[in-house]
Amino acid sequence: MRKSLLATIAFTAMTAMTAVSGLLSGAAQAADPIKVGAIISATGPASFLGDPEKKVLELYADRINKAGGVDGRQVQLTVYDDGGAADKAASFTKRLIESDGVDVIVGGTTTAATMAAVPLVERAGVPFISLAGAVVIVEPVKKWVFKTPHTDRMAAEKVMEDMKKRGLTKLALLSEDSGFGKSGREQTVAVAKERGIELVADETYGAKDTDVTAQLTKIKNTAAAQAVLVFGLGQGPAVVTKNYRQLGMSLPLYQSHGVASKEYIRLAGGAAEGVRLPAAGLVVAAQLPDSDPQKKVVTEFTKVYEDSFNSEVSTFAGHAYDGLMIALDAVKRAGGTDKAKLRDAIEQTKGYVGTGGTVTMSPKDHMGLTLDAFHMVEVRQGDWSLVK
Amino acid sequence: MFAELLQYMLSGLTIGAIYALAGLGFSIIYNASHVINFAQGEFIMIGGMASATLTASGVPLPLAILIGCGGAMLVGVLVAKFAVERARNASTVTLIIITIGASIFLRGVAELVWGKDFKRLDAFSGETPIQFLGASMQPQSLWVVGTAAVLIVAIGLFFNRTLTGKAILATSHNRLAAQLVGIDVKRVVLASFALSAALGAIGGAVVAPITFSYTEMGIMLGLKGFTAAVLGGLGHGPGAVAGGLIVGVAEALGAGYISSAYKDAVAFVIILAVLLFMPNGLFGKRGTERV
Repeated sequence: MRKSLLATIAFTAMTAMTAVSGLLSGAAQAADPIKVGAIISATGPASFLGDPEKKVLELYADRINKAGGVDGRQVQLTVYDDGGAADKAASFTKRLIESDGVDVIVGGTTTAATMAAVPLVERAGVPFISLAGAVVIVEPVKKWVFKTPHTDRMAAEKVMEDMKKRGLTKLALLSEDSGFGKSGREQTVAVAKERGIELVADETYGAKDTDVTAQLTKIKNTAAAQAVLVFGLGQGPAVVTKNYRQLGMSLPLYQSHGVASKEYIRLAGGAAEGVRLPAAGLVVAAQLPDSDPQKKVVTEFTKVYEDSFNSEVSTFAGHAYDGLMIALDAVKRAGGTDKAKLRDAIEQTKGYVGTGGTVTMSPKDHMGLTLDAFHMVEVRQGDWSLVK
Repeated sequence: MFAELLQYMLSGLTIGAIYALAGLGFSIIYNASHVINFAQGEFIMIGGMASATLTASGVPLPLAILIGCGGAMLVGVLVAKFAVERARNASTVTLIIITIGASIFLRGVAELVWGKDFKRLDAFSGETPIQFLGASMQPQSLWVVGTAAVLIVAIGLFFNRTLTGKAILATSHNRLAAQLVGIDVKRVVLASFALSAALGAIGGAVVAPITFSYTEMGIMLGLKGFTAAVLGGLGHGPGAVAGGLIVGVAEALGAGYISSAYKDAVAFVIILAVLLFMPNGLFGKRGTERV
């Protein structure tokens, strides 16, 4: 009797426990987190791009979770820092796919890191939204690969469009010997041919050069040049700008979208006055007309970013924001995180208004931005000003 | 035509003076300890960052440079004391690797202290370019060249006129003999690290208005400084300066007359050629080894 009582208690307890654990696992399934992986160059030479990107991803994942997540599911963000090394980017991508089992990957701060990850995501079939610039990422179109930033090709096109408006047809090019500069140079050469702009000089400089007066002297002595375009990132373009004024050169000076952060103006100081460059709406948020669809998004993003980090917003931060939002928006439309459906949903992104512009993707276009996404800005009195 | 050549020469001398300043520090430490200190570039970075951030927060420039100098000397002594001295019996190669480790560590710490963005330091005497026979240069270039010249003379006097300087020289010639005549070799090594750190920091502050300062500025300057030191003859102060100027001018002429894409190659070809025929550099003493 006693024995059977014990047995009954034990049995009841066991059943109860099974039921409870069953319930628990059921609940866990309903609120399975959306696993977003990210490979970012938060340290190393590209950290000025990667650092704000990482901050933004973490900030927005947190904000979305506090607001109840996406369709009741929390966003679980896993960020790895590749330190700007492509081989590390590849091994972290592997880790995200194989051991973390992520649903979507945002990142690849640099073109090199992105291209290292591409074969892995293509093979595993994981949607991948890159934050890097070069056109090779989406041309030719790769099934699982998308990107948010404007391409160097668009920058070259925008600059030449502006040149044409000013009646200038002969361009001197000075590009950086970095991945960004080299790709920019190739695109500029190609676009110049299409648009009937003649390249009269084609010089390069090192990413860490401290003086480029030699190259500029050469351009200065090229009588035919009517405008100068610099393609580079970081401090190089600022050095070029200072040397340009030092040599007393007065041709219109264009920079690429690679310097579209206040840091450039701060570094180059007075020498930056009059420099023109194509930039995303984000850097001129306050000056956009109210009719601009981007106005609301960029003003709000700028406010959130600057309140949270107490530093000025950069376009790179915006790229990360766009990447995360496009991914989560696609999760909503796909009704879950089935990878194939998610990929299709990203490809069907239509009219998403982000910090980079209005994104409408298609099977042929995995970036979805048009030339309208760029605004031509000019440095005036130490600030960006929209060229009308 | 002439103006063009003059412009290339001026550009080359500006860059060259920066390399020369970096190269000097290598020579001093090499003299005292036969260590090639790859953290030399980081001393430059500390000087540049400290003076840029301190002046931005309102400290007068000379004081900011002095503080940067003091900070770099302290770091230099710490590196010598806790990294190099501890491994005193290790081979020179090990010591060199230790200094590379120290340089990575210092960059990391600097990134934590100062952040990752570029800092701007205003030019010491304005930014109005100086026009000179059709060529132009930034006034700051004169500061760089001038500072390099003053430092070289000062170091020459220090080594030949002061007891500490002579002790360092003696240690470089024969460590054991120096020890036997009562020179505290350990302190000599510490002093040489402090001295080259101070040199680097001053150099960093002077070049910062041209190069901008950021935590990784020391990598390139350190490498080019090392090249300058090797070209001039390791351990030879004026040689390092000549080496720096030669590399700088070669780069500028290469970029101007050949192609900017081969700028670095031109400099390296010259270095290779020199080292092929003069393995001890342009001014280095011929090394003799007793068997």
